[in-house]
This record gives sequence, C-alpha cells and structure tokens, in this order.
Amino acid sequence: MTLWEKMCASDLLGGKQGVIGLAVLAAVIFLVLPLGVDIFRLNLIGKYLTYAFVAVGLVLLWGHGGILSLGQGIFFGLGGYAMAMFLKLEASDPITTKIQSTPGIPDFMDWNQLTALPWFWEPFKSLPFTIFAVLTIPALFAYIIGYAMFKRRVGGVYFSIITQAVALILSILIVGQQGYTGGVNGMTDLRTMLGWDIRTDSAKYILYYANGLLLFGAIFLSKYVMSSKFGMLLLAMRDKEERVRFSGYDVSNFKIFIFCLAAMMSAVGGAMFTLQVGFMSPSFVGIVPSIEMVIFCAVGGRASLIGAVYGTLLVNYGKTVFSETYPELWLFLMGGLFIAVVMFFPNGIAGIWDKYATKYGWFKDKAVTAKKPEVSTTGVETHAVLTETLSAEAAAATESTDVAASVKKTTRKKAAISSPNIRGAEA
Amino acid sequence: MSNTDFVLAVEDLTVSFDGFKAVDNLTMYIDKNELRVLVGPNGAGKTTVLDLICGKTKSTGGSIKFNNTELTKLSEHEIVRSGVGRKFQNPSIYENLTVYQNLEVSYPKGRGVFGSLTFKRTQEVEDQVRRVAADIMLTEFLDMESALLSHGQKQWLEIGMLLMQEPELLMLDEPVAGMSAKERDQTADLLNRICQNRSVIVIEHDMEFVKKIAHKVTVLHQGKILAEGPMEKVQADEKVIEVYLGH
Amino acid sequence: MFGYSMAEIGNIVVMQGFSGLSMFTVLLLMALGLAIIFGQMGVINMAHGEFMTIGAYTTVMISKVAASYGFTDYYFIFAIIIAFGLAFAVGYLVEFAIIRHLYKRPLDTLLATWGLSLVMQQIFRSTFGAKEVSAELPEWMLGSVNPTPDIDIPINGLFVMGLAALVTFGVYMFMYKSRWGLRVRATVQNRTMAGAVGINTAKVDRVTFALGCGIAGIAGAAFTTIASTGPTTGTLYIVDSFMVVVFGGAASIVGTIASAFGIAQAQSVLQFFMTSSMGKVSTLLAIVTILMMKPEGLFASKLRK
Repeated sequence: MTLWEKMCASDLLGGKQGVIGLAVLAAVIFLVLPLGVDIFRLNLIGKYLTYAFVAVGLVLLWGHGGILSLGQGIFFGLGGYAMAMFLKLEASDPITTKIQSTPGIPDFMDWNQLTALPWFWEPFKSLPFTIFAVLTIPALFAYIIGYAMFKRRVGGVYFSIITQAVALILSILIVGQQGYTGGVNGMTDLRTMLGWDIRTDSAKYILYYANGLLLFGAIFLSKYVMSSKFGMLLLAMRDKEERVRFSGYDVSNFKIFIFCLAAMMSAVGGAMFTLQVGFMSPSFVGIVPSIEMVIFCAVGGRASLIGAVYGTLLVNYGKTVFSETYPELWLFLMGGLFIAVVMFFPNGIAGIWDKYATKYGWFKDKAVTAKKPEVSTTGVETHAVLTETLSAEAAAATESTDVAASVKKTTRKKAAISSPNIRGAEA
Repeated sequence: MSNTDFVLAVEDLTVSFDGFKAVDNLTMYIDKNELRVLVGPNGAGKTTVLDLICGKTKSTGGSIKFNNTELTKLSEHEIVRSGVGRKFQNPSIYENLTVYQNLEVSYPKGRGVFGSLTFKRTQEVEDQVRRVAADIMLTEFLDMESALLSHGQKQWLEIGMLLMQEPELLMLDEPVAGMSAKERDQTADLLNRICQNRSVIVIEHDMEFVKKIAHKVTVLHQGKILAEGPMEKVQADEKVIEVYLGH
Repeated sequence: MFGYSMAEIGNIVVMQGFSGLSMFTVLLLMALGLAIIFGQMGVINMAHGEFMTIGAYTTVMISKVAASYGFTDYYFIFAIIIAFGLAFAVGYLVEFAIIRHLYKRPLDTLLATWGLSLVMQQIFRSTFGAKEVSAELPEWMLGSVNPTPDIDIPINGLFVMGLAALVTFGVYMFMYKSRWGLRVRATVQNRTMAGAVGINTAKVDRVTFALGCGIAGIAGAAFTTIASTGPTTGTLYIVDSFMVVVFGGAASIVGTIASAFGIAQAQSVLQFFMTSSMGKVSTLLAIVTILMMKPEGLFASKLRK
C-alpha cells in the first residue's frame, strides 16, 4: 500500500475527500499564497489565519457541540497578551528605556507612575513560562467558567450571554488598568523574541509558516477528537443531552473539555497574532471581535474545520477590502452576512459545496483534478463521524418524519457525501 | 432502612413540587428477574417514580436502594453506571448517527473524557453491537441513519441502547406507544426475552399488552399505591375499578 | 473607609443613589422589553439596544420640530407615543422578516439579531451622522426639587421614573389582566394546545416581539432626558439589560424590577468609590459570579417538568 492509499484509507483524515481537502488547503497556505502575494499582504493573511484558530475551535465547540460561546476573544486575548508581555519586557531593557523615570519597565507603566514591575509580570521574563502560560492560563480560565456553568447545567442562550458578559468585563478591565496592561492602546512597539527581530521580512515569513503549521496541528487535533468516540458523543449530546447523561456519561465533563480545548486553540492563535502583527490590544478581546469570530466559522460552515479556515480568510479579506474603500458599505455587508448565513446558509460554504456536489454527483470526482477546488475540501470532515448521513436536501425534507420513508431510498444512494446536520444544534 | 434481597427496594419515597406531592410515601420492592408494570391514570406519578429512581428528579424523602446501594445520593451517570437503564417516553435516540453508532455510543467503555478519546472499536464491541441489533430486530438497518427508522424501530433502538449497557434493572416508559399491533407483539416477545436475566419496570397503558408481559402489576393513583399483585387480582380490585371507571 | 466620614458616605450614597435611579429607569425599560421577548419566546434580541436608539432619535427629532413650532413644553408626550409606535412597527417587520424563521434555533437568533444591530447602527450613522445629538428638554423638566437643603433631585429624573412606573404597570396589566396577555401566556405554556383552541400563535409571537421593541423605544425616549444620542447608543446598555433579565429570572416582572434596581445602584455607587470602569467591572463580575452559583436567577420558581 502506498502512503497515499494509506492516508486515504484513514478514518482520521476523513477518507479520500478529506485528504484532498487538507492537501489543497496546505497547498494554498504554504505555496500559493506565499508565492502569489508580497510579504506585506502575506503578513496580513498570516494575521487572518490566527483568527482561524478561534474558528476551528468554534467548529468543535459550536458546530459539533452545539455550545455557542460569544467570548472566544477572551482566550484569543489572554494568549495574545501573555506573548505580548514577554515581548514587551524584552523590548524594555534598562538601556532602551533609560530616559524613563524608572528604566527597565515597560513604557506605559512608566507613564502611569508605576515604579516597579508588578509581581504577575515577573514570570513573563521567561519564554518557556510564557509558552506554558499561553497554553494553560486561557484553558484554566475556560475550565473555571465551564465548570461553574456546565456542572449546573447552564447552556444554550444563557451560556452565550454570560460568556459575552465575561468578554466585556475583561476588555473593560484591560482598558481600565492602563498601568498594568497598556490600556486602550494595548501593548505596542514589540520588537524582538530572544534577540530575534520579529519585524524583518524573513522573520515574517518564518512566523507565517510557523503559524500555518500550528494551524494544521490544530486541525489534525480537532480531526482526531471528532473521529474518536468523543466526537460521536459530542454530536449525540448536541442532539439528545438527556439520553447521553442516562447512558452513564457525565455530560458536563465533555463540555468542559471541549470548551477548554477551543480556548487553548484560540490562545495559540492570539499568541501567533502578537508575534506576527507586533502588538496586542483590547480591541481583540471584547464583545465585537468575539462575535465576529463566530461569523468566520459560520460563513465557512459551522461543522467544517477546513471550511472555517476559508470562511475566516474570506470574511477578513472582504473586511479589509471594503473597510478601506467603502467603510459604510462594509457594516451593512457584515450585518447582512450574519443574517444571510443564519437564515439561508446555515451550513456555510461547506453546506453550499455539499449541496452542489451532491446535486451533480459527477462533480465530486472531477474536483479531484479540478484546478480551483478550494471549496472541494469543505464538508467532508464529518465523514469519519457520520459514515452515512443525510444529504443536504434530504435533511431539509426529513423535517417532517412522514417524508422520511419516501426519501429513504434516494438518500441512501446519495449518502456518499455527508453533511453536518444542523437540526438540534441548538437543543 | 435495612438491607434486603430485592434488586430494588423503594421505601417511603416522597417528592413534592411546591407543596404538591407527586409521589407520596411510596414503598415498592422489585425481585430479581421480575417484570413489573406500573399502571395508573395520567398524573398518578408513574413517570415521576422512574425519574426518581434514575436520579432525574431528586426526592424530598425516603430511600431507593438498588442492590442495597442508596441511589438518592448519586448523580444520574453514577446511577446508570451502577446498573440502572432508563428509556424515555418519547423515543430518545441520536437521530444524526447511524443505528450502529447509536449502539456503539452506548457501549459502557470509554465513558470518561480521556477514555472516549482513546476508545477503540474492538471485536468485543462489534460482537456486542451485532448481538443487541439481532435482539432488537435491527440487524439489517445497522448502517442506516437512525432518523430514518420508523417510530416503532426507534423505540426498539432505544431499548437496544440500554441493553448495550447490560443493566440489572431496566426501566421503560411506554415502550409500545405508537406501535402497530404486530410491533406490539414483537415488543412483548422482546421484553419477555430480555427479562430472563434482569429486572424490568414498564409503564404502560395498553392492558392487553400488560397482560402479555407483566409478572406483577402496581397501580398508582395520586402518588400512592392503590393495589399491587398479579394482573387478574388487580383487575378485580374494587378500588382500581373505581379509579379507572368511577368518574 | 476610602477616607470619607460616615456622614459623608451617607450623603454620597444618597446622591449617587438618585443618579443611579435615572440609569435604573432606562435599564428597567430596556430589560422589560427584553424580558417580554426572552421570557415569553426564548429569543434574545441582540438588536434591542438599537430599538432603544430608534426611540431616542425619534424623541430628538420631535424635540427639534417642537422647538421650531413652539410646542416644546408638551412635545414629550407625543415623542413617547411616536417612539413606541415606530419601534413597535420596526419590531413587527423584523419579526416577520427574520425572527419567525428562527424560533427553533435560539442561538442562530443571537447571530441574526447581532447582524441586524450592525445594519441598524449603520443606518443611524448614515441618516443622522456620527455625532451625538441631544433633545431640547422642555423648561419644566430642567429644574430640581430640594426636599432638604443637602439633597437635590432633578425633575427629569422624577419624570422618567414616573414614566417607567407607568410602563411597568401597563406591562403588568397587559400580561396578566388582558385577553392578549392571556393568549401570550397560553402560547408560552403550550404552543400546540394554544393553537388548537384557536389562538393565532404566529400573531401572538409577532405582537409580543413588537411590544418588547416598542418598550425599548420608550426607553429611548427616557434616555434622551439624561444623555445625548449617537448611532451606537444602544450598545451602552445592552449587556447590562441582558444581565438584568437573566439575573432577575426571565418572565418575572418583580425580578426584573429588583435586578434592574440592584444593578443600576451597585454600578452608580461603586463608580463613585472606584473608577468608572472598575465600578462596572465589579458589578458585572458580581452578577456573573452569582449567576454561576444560582443560574436560574434570583426569582425563578420551581416547576414540575
């Protein structure tokens, strides 16, 4: 068996379609984009791809778990700030800051009449600690929120509203505590990491690739989770939580875990954001960025990992293009996007692709060799989990169980392509 | 409360909702391998009794002992893990998973977060799924999305999901609701088969069906036991006739 | 404590308490509308703040007209009615166009109404400009009452409080004493059965949603008496009013009043002792912590399910 055949046979990667999807995404991120655009634009795309970490986490949490967090900016921000604290300390050595009244502390502390480094800043002098903090502090925070809410069976809209309130609290806190956080401007003027200048073009290329690799790491991890029994339970919980509970599972633990995992991914994205963009500010923490990250995921297809990446790229590209030229139009578009995706394309790009591919069964095979098959990648993630699921059309038809029997035949024929079934996603 | 030889010993069980006693000082014992049917008019507290046993509702007083373990202190999943299975009134299955997956998810291994992440589909699991699927007459539907099953088949699937866990006590809330006459007969056979090595509590309204399966019948009325015993005896009971036909 | 004497603290609490009352009234009116929608239909309207803004802009516009035609003294009455009517009408349309398609997907409703709020904010910005505008308050609303020489109660605050009391009473009468309220409650408790006995549940939903939006419009009118209005005014109170609804236990008017009062007062008093942002953070943090310990809110009743 060749490696290719082995990969295609793997449940983890989601069969042949899944492998192709990943390969195309890898080609786009690692070859097409770096060759096709200049470093300024590539850096911008690298920035978008850091949001994709959040979107991938939301696919697990929201798309598969049915838990909508409107506070993912919390974790993106915590990760980003942890990294920014390390870089800021390195940029604030006593020589560079000798004109300050207290040299050796970050400039904004000096401006706010702080005369010593606050105790919680001390450990961020160490890079290993910082990396450890990026991976654990947001996850720990998510654990506390998740434990408090899921153990008491708070879910649905309540969970969304409360995570939103926490995002608001954190962003007000960061803005309010200027002396410790840099306030509304955030932490700017970050320069080097262990002496390595992160502002150079070569550093930007390296960081872009590192970011891409980490993103693939997050996607593989998510694929592993989704293809395991855990992934199946996640879908089962979304559909019938009580049934899972009365099958002997402690449902809250599963929810807490997936929330923490999504938080950890967001935090890695945040840390990579700081490294690539060179600053971190509260405008990536609060209500608005948190809910925008949800729409990245929704546009790509809430149940599709690869779709989430394309969705993130697409929405941010649109935002950059429009908000530069027609800022007024952009808000209408963004608002319209929220409404349209939810009302007309609840499965996002991935859903549209599935429907299209299902309708013209031949297209699926052609997509293998097609030149521009970006979207061919979407929607196949769930393949491993849902070996045989309804096609998009049949899903709509079975809203009424009476029709179920009549579509049985056609569905089984079409069932090669799986579509994430969003019914019950909100249950 | 003293220990007993019964599989399930419910003693002085009470639950009240804002002063209304849905179950009132109920005492009931279930033997090993017994199939007990709970009957009674709507609002008699039948479903509440099952809710109390499986931990969905917390009691306000009394004790429930399962193999001499107190259940009222345990959480839902702990009760299930101790060997109690519960089927809900409306078929409660995972509609977007296949029949196979529905059964597999119910297999009692890999129940923790990390256990489920490393769970492997072994031959043992495969065999168990096939055996249960044969029991519930769904072998040929294993790969079908379970949303496409008929109403009766969904009821069987949920029973199958419980059988995957090999519970010692199985509680079924109206298992034949919405079934055709033929399906009812098949379900009666199924129940008679599965109570060979476990105890079963069934809530049912259909008296013909009850006659086919019940070892003993308990009649509930306003949260209290009105009568208990073999079907014929209960049917002849004055008070029971009064409650069912009196008004 | 904080370098103040007990007598001073007493005075501060009283004065901040009164200034908190204005916030309380706006918050209460916002939350009432939100609670009607959420409690009765399980839908959270993220664009609720923008319905308040509709009411605020309406009031500002009418005050301008009134100023040029010389009926400034009593325009406010018309403003309230028109603010309510306009917000009601927009709410009615929104329910018809968007919300009714999403009743089975409450989380998606959050996203759709968020999108709606973005669109509405941009409409306000395009129509009225990004700058904040203020209403011309009638002469009689500007003074203040002094029950004792140390205490100063602004009349506009009293007026707004009277308005809030009236609206709250009206909502109570509507929900619990009218045929319509009966239909609404019946629909909530058993939609299928309500439909079966001849209640047009779709219409009940639409009117309930529109009513909630209309009350937000009144909140907007009240808002103009204490602050100026901009395109993003609605975002000021939105999280606070979510918290009021969740904290008070949805579908309980007493709970909504009590929690609006508590939250507004806590913020107002804390903001004096700490910085404004820390006052808000402490209040929100306290609410979130309490909600984590008692997720059903403070006034939820036990139900047999």
